[in-house]
Order: sequence, then structure tokens, then C-alpha cells
Amino acid sequence: METAFTPLTSLAGGLLIGLAAVLLMALHGRIAGATGILSGIVLPAGWSEWSWRAAMVAGMASAPTAMMLATGTYPEITVPVPLAYLIVGGVIVGFGASLGNGCTSGHGVCGMARFSPRSIAATLVFMATTALTVFVIRHGIGG
Amino acid sequence: MRFLSAYLIGLVFGVGIVVSGMANPAKVLNFFDVAGTWDPSLIFVMGGALAVAALGYRFVLRRPAPVLAETFQVPTRRDLDVRLIVGAAVFGIGWGIAGFCPGGALPALGTGRVEVAIFVAAVIAGIGAARILPDLRRGPRRPTVP
Repeated sequence: METAFTPLTSLAGGLLIGLAAVLLMALHGRIAGATGILSGIVLPAGWSEWSWRAAMVAGMASAPTAMMLATGTYPEITVPVPLAYLIVGGVIVGFGASLGNGCTSGHGVCGMARFSPRSIAATLVFMATTALTVFVIRHGIGG
Repeated sequence: MRFLSAYLIGLVFGVGIVVSGMANPAKVLNFFDVAGTWDPSLIFVMGGALAVAALGYRFVLRRPAPVLAETFQVPTRRDLDVRLIVGAAVFGIGWGIAGFCPGGALPALGTGRVEVAIFVAAVIAGIGAARILPDLRRGPRRPTVP
């Protein structure tokens, strides 16, 4: 299934993601990594560690509604894979990101922005394995 | 104050994710499908986010402390290890299968779609599995060589 090329909105969204990362560091002194934030909610280490993460996820989840109120249109989310892929992929995502200490936001944005060698290596590796996985699923097995 | 600021930062992050297309698995998977229905939009997400974060961090991390907390909590390790590389490789496989990453899925949760909630529950299960891994490794003793 094709999706439209959206360089301007994607750039605008990227700028906001970067802004949120900078604000979280400036105000709370933390890395805006989604996996770390989610881990800190489900495996809490005390109230003060839990509460800001829960508030931040609540803010993230408010985004579609806020955009609906602002623009009148609901964001387009198309899941082009069967539910089983979401379950299997989800477990693998959680396991891998936890083992590797980060995901797209933690390593790919925050870590790379700090020029961390670990994050640069992790990002290169997961970009490669993601592309390879998509290739195998779309052109290897089914294609 | 900490709540409100964390909530608003989450909102900015979430709006960024949704506007950028990262909350849409169809778009994410197409970004990686160079040999098929390629959609290069996500290069612009990464580029925009990195430019702002790299520049912003430079200024912010020069300050003695964050505004609402006592210290900056930034990872200091710089060495590469097997755990990092294997974890990243495994993460990528999962991302390629599902099309959602955690940062994309959490804002998408707000749409109320059941598939997103199921994906997030699966991610949590994976995080839990990774956390008990070191214990398992420590658990059974190595067989002693006679």
C-alpha cells in the first residue's frame, strides 16, 4: 500500500519531537526515550520516578484528541499488518529495546543528538535490521 | 508543576509524532521498503528532530542543573557491548514486523484503537521478559568441567 510523501509535515513533526526532547532535558534533566519512559511506568522505582513518566505518557496519548480539536481531522493510522504481527513484533520490540537500552526516540534522536557512540551504533544496527525484516516479509516470504 | 510540564512535553512529543507520520505503521514500514512502495518522509522526521535536539542539548547541558530537577541524568557509557548491539538488532526485527515503535505507539494509544493497545501490552511483556533475563542467567549454575 502506497503512502503519500510528506516532507513538510514530517519535518514539522520532527522539529516538535526535537523540541520535546530539549524541553524534557532542560526542565527535568531526562532523556526522552519512549522505552525508558514506558519501563519506568510498568516497573516503577518510587513515586517521583513514576509520576512524571505517567504524566508524559498521558500527554503523548492526548495528542490525537488535541489535534482533532485543533484541526477537525483525526490522524491517519493505517495498520497494514495482521494482529499477530503486532503481538509478536511488540514483544520483540520491548525485549530488544530493553536489552539494548533504547529505541528510535532514545537512541535515534536523543542519543544521536548527544553524539553518543553507543546510540549511533545502536541506531545504525536497528535501522539495518528493520529494513532487512521489512524486505524479507514483503519481498522474501510473500513477495 | 512537574506534572504539568511533563504532561505538556508529552503532548508536544505526541503531536510531533502524529504530525510526522511516525504513529502510522503504513508510513513507517514504507520508509523501510526501499525495494517496494518507498516513502522517504521519515528521513525528514529524523533530520528535524536531530537538528533541534543536537542544537538544544548543546545549550541546555551547559547549564548547572535542569529547572525542575536536581541533576541531568544522561548516560555516560561510550563503549559498545554485545548486549547493546544484539538488543538493537532484535528491536529492529520487531519494528520491521509490527511497524510501530514505542514512541510511535504511545501517542497512537490516544486514538483508542484496540490494535495499538495490544501492541503496547506486547511491548510491556517484552520489557518484562528482558528484565528477568539477567536473573535467569545468574540462576542455573554452569556445569563444571570434570
